[in-house]
Amino acid sequence: MQWFDALVQGILLGGMYAQYALGMALMFGVMRIVNISHGDLVILLSLIGISIATAWGLGPLPVLVVLVPLAVLMGWVLQKAVLNRVVGSDPLPSLIATFGLSIALQNLMLQIWSANSRSLPGHGIESQSLEIGGIYVGLLPLIVLAVATGLTWCLDLTLKRTRFGRALRAASADVEAAAMTGINPRAVYAMATAAAVGILGFAAVFQALRSTVAPADGPAQLIYAFEAVIIGGMGTVWGAFVGSMVLGISQAIGFRIDPGFGVLAGHIVFLAVLASRPQGLFGKALS
Amino acid sequence: MTAVLSTHGLVARYGDFQALYGVDIELHQGEAVALIGANGAGKSTLLRSIMGLLPVGREMVLLHGEPVGGTATDRMVQKGVAIVPEGRRLFTGMSVEDNLRVAIDQAARMGAKGGWTLPRLHRLFPILKEKARAPVQSLSGGQQQMVAIGRALLCQPRVLLCDEISLGLAPKVIREIYAALPEIRATGTAMIVVEQDVGLARSASDRLYCMLEGRVTLTGRSAEITREQIGKAYFGAGHAVV
Repeated sequence: MQWFDALVQGILLGGMYAQYALGMALMFGVMRIVNISHGDLVILLSLIGISIATAWGLGPLPVLVVLVPLAVLMGWVLQKAVLNRVVGSDPLPSLIATFGLSIALQNLMLQIWSANSRSLPGHGIESQSLEIGGIYVGLLPLIVLAVATGLTWCLDLTLKRTRFGRALRAASADVEAAAMTGINPRAVYAMATAAAVGILGFAAVFQALRSTVAPADGPAQLIYAFEAVIIGGMGTVWGAFVGSMVLGISQAIGFRIDPGFGVLAGHIVFLAVLASRPQGLFGKALS
Repeated sequence: MTAVLSTHGLVARYGDFQALYGVDIELHQGEAVALIGANGAGKSTLLRSIMGLLPVGREMVLLHGEPVGGTATDRMVQKGVAIVPEGRRLFTGMSVEDNLRVAIDQAARMGAKGGWTLPRLHRLFPILKEKARAPVQSLSGGQQQMVAIGRALLCQPRVLLCDEISLGLAPKVIREIYAALPEIRATGTAMIVVEQDVGLARSASDRLYCMLEGRVTLTGRSAEITREQIGKAYFGAGHAVV
């Protein structure tokens, strides 16, 4: 029963990781842009959300409604102002540019919000739980998982079925050839990054609700997102979702073995996947 | 009669290396022009310069008399110029149909009008219908070339640039692909065809340009130019005719 409980809690934790990983799946997995500031953007959005909630006395849902459009706008500006200048077949320039952005964002957040940990007041939602077959399941983690599943489903369909999705996949496969069919790659990339950071708006609200956030927390979220995408396999959205579950379950089981072992257990499973199946669980091997 | 597309003293370089030295070519309505020349003569560079893939001066390329040199590639497509690039450059990881849909999507977005539809393309190359759901990289070279041509046609071009569409293909497949060109021309689309095979180039074109080391060395009607003239223009003066 204890291990079944760990499995359930792991899946719920995986729901949170999936929300970080989806944006990463889009930017790193599809567009091959390495965004080191990914985690810092989550934390920045969380802190903005907390400030909005305290200033205007808003509950979690109105904060979400304000934060997601703001996140979309931030993503669009990030691509237009920074990433479109460094995008190309070489991933190094985007890595360096966003590494710099990451440091700048962390210091900016430290300046504005200080190093204190904060959280978003959930008006009781964070402490409610349901009993399902002898296991207590938190209401908030359940909502997180449901939202993550919904976002994954939407993103997957968008990539497969829409004009924007096809244009993005085309531009990711061959930027120059995409332009030869009339695609403006920079406009498509700006929309894609807007979507990726927009999803982080959801992650930011839920992260601040279920735990605390501080300006230095970003890099840890970045690592989880990277690991989930690589476990699942580059370029597949549902792969990133499953990768998040694998990571969450590994950590939850690790925590049961020893509270100090949880995060490490996740990293070990990640390394095991990388060593045995470098293309990821759902990735296609390079021929 | 003004040309649909023309270049005027077109100069292009890759960094310090100058690839084109003042190239003048003209393409008229409904015309097919062949571009021949040895490897490195500048044929592909010329097409890439027209397509906005290399920085060139504004006045060096005219489209319907309008200076368009150096215009972004996607804007050139919008203006009615499409290219079948060297090496095909298909979107790997996507199905045949999705590769074609990308062009249909963009043509719809830009409001481009023309006669090319998916059913019509399927009549021209029936194999593309049969393989619609197959990943594009699983197709044979000839079939991939048909996808590349189809993708360019679905951009609804008034000018079509074809860069070495016979490269690496079996003679039977080459005949099949060249057999489709008259139907493409019948829609009023003017074409520039870059071709290594001189015989093929002559039979598929009204006029031809021969290039050597970044310059046009010969031009004239394909049916009237002699093998001796081509030999001299192709290899430079003093070479024996092969």
